Formats: sequence, structure tokens, C-alpha cells
Amino acid sequence: MVFWVFSAVAVVAGWRVFCTDSMVRASFLLLVSFIAVGAIMLLLNAPYLGFATIFMMGVEMMVMALFMVMFMMNPAGLNPMMMVHQHRFSIAAGAAAFVGLAIAIFTTGFPHDPVAAGRPVIHDLGRELLGPSMLIFESAGVTLLATMVASVILSSRSGRFGAADEGSVPPPLEPGGEPAGRRPDDEGGGHAHHHH
Amino acid sequence: MTLTALLLVAAALIGIGLYGALSQQSFVMLMMGLELMLNGVLLAAVGFWSLAAGGAPAGQLLVIITMAVMAVEMAVGFALIAAVYRNRQADMTESLDTMKH
Repeated sequence: MVFWVFSAVAVVAGWRVFCTDSMVRASFLLLVSFIAVGAIMLLLNAPYLGFATIFMMGVEMMVMALFMVMFMMNPAGLNPMMMVHQHRFSIAAGAAAFVGLAIAIFTTGFPHDPVAAGRPVIHDLGRELLGPSMLIFESAGVTLLATMVASVILSSRSGRFGAADEGSVPPPLEPGGEPAGRRPDDEGGGHAHHHH
Repeated sequence: MTLTALLLVAAALIGIGLYGALSQQSFVMLMMGLELMLNGVLLAAVGFWSLAAGGAPAGQLLVIITMAVMAVEMAVGFALIAAVYRNRQADMTESLDTMKH
């Protein structure tokens, strides 16, 4: 019963994300969907994963809401808004994905092997993360570090020799000389560079 | 709560997320569709772990890796949005018809 309530909340909130006029409200609806999924995880004897999902998505959706306010034209939902393309195709693709997965679910015989009551699942997870699967876990950490570096490089305005969007040019080797280093070849390859 | 019901809910989330990722014009809304799909993947993974795998610890590890993938997707996605917005003042997919700067 509780499971069905949380499932309904997760699916309905997930659907309303794409119907609401306000983009900030959309990110909070997505948060509601994530929290409902986190609650289902708690019901499934996965307390660590459930709470991790809830906390992580709480932070992530707050960042999302901030981005909505920063970049989007209609964060407060004061005007009706429907910004979609290839709408029919998208509905068909979503429905096809659901039907296809449902067919796969109904035609597959799944083993029934639930978690034993009283199994120390968090202890198990800690042993796994810092034991046999440590390399995988550490790789995830290095991947996140690479992501941090990449997102700073992508989003920062400053290039190596000045603002990137004004064309950063290395300084000359002698005063008043040509800029040092190789310059991008404008003729070769037939691509035009627009420097803003 | 059976595994079948749980997987159906996960499939519904994946379907809705696919619809959102394909239909939305705004970058941030498109990313919300991707997030919703990953939400369904998380739910299905925890369901398998809890009801069909007897709580094998590697199943929880899979969920943690999926969460790391979500974090990477969000961070790189937002960085790309910031970069595109700075260069083109664009926040819609239609305004990107070329990869050139």
C-alpha cells in the first residue's frame, strides 16, 4: 500500500515535470519524484541508498532551480509555457519504451531471492566498497575529480591569455612583435571562425 | 510489493524521462528528462538487488556508480549550458545548428 502511494507520487510528479509552466516548479517536482523513489528504496531494505538518493537529489535539484532562475525566461511560471519539439514522436517513443520494457518484464522469469531480514546491508556495502570493489569505487572518485576539472574549464570565462570569448592571444616574444605560438589556420579546412 | 510492480514503475519513469529528453527544447528541461530516466534505472537496480539478488553487496555498488554517473551528467551538462550561453546567448536546442564556434 505504502509502496503504491510512493510509486504514484514518483510517476505523477515525474509526468508533471514536463507539464508545469514554471521551470522552478518543474525542478521541485523532479525532486518530489526522486524523494518518492528514495522512500521506496527505504521500503526495499536499502537505507543507505535511500537516504543518499534523497540528500543528493535535494542538493542537485536546488542547483537545478538556481540554474532555472539564472538562464530561463520563465522561471516563475507567470506565462503559460509549452516549449516542445517533435512532440508526437516523443510521446510515441516514451510509450514505446514503457511498453517494450513492460513486455520484457512480463515475459522474463525473475528469481525470487529477497534480502534476508536482519542482514547488515550497510555493513555489507562498506565491506564491498573498501574491499573487493575498491578499484571501481576509486575510479568513480577519479571520474568525479575529472568532472570537476572539466566543468571548471568548460564554464570559466577566462582563457589562458585573457577572456576566451574575446579571442585569447598569447603575448609576443619581443615587445611589439607577433603573438607567440602557432595561430589557428583560418584558410585551411574551410571553416570560418567567428570571434565575438 | 512485487518485483514486477516495481519494475513497471521504473519502466514508467524511464518512459516519461525519454519523452522529456526528446521533446523539451530547453537544455535544462532536457537534462531533467535524462535525470528522470536515471531515476527509473536506480529504482530498478535497487529492486533487483533487494528482491532478486538476495542482497548481494555488488548490487548496492552498482547503484552508487549510477549515482556517480548522475552527478557527472549534471555537472558536465550545466558546464556545457554555461559555455553555450556565454558564447551564443542560447538556451534552446534549436539555436545550436552547428558545432562551430
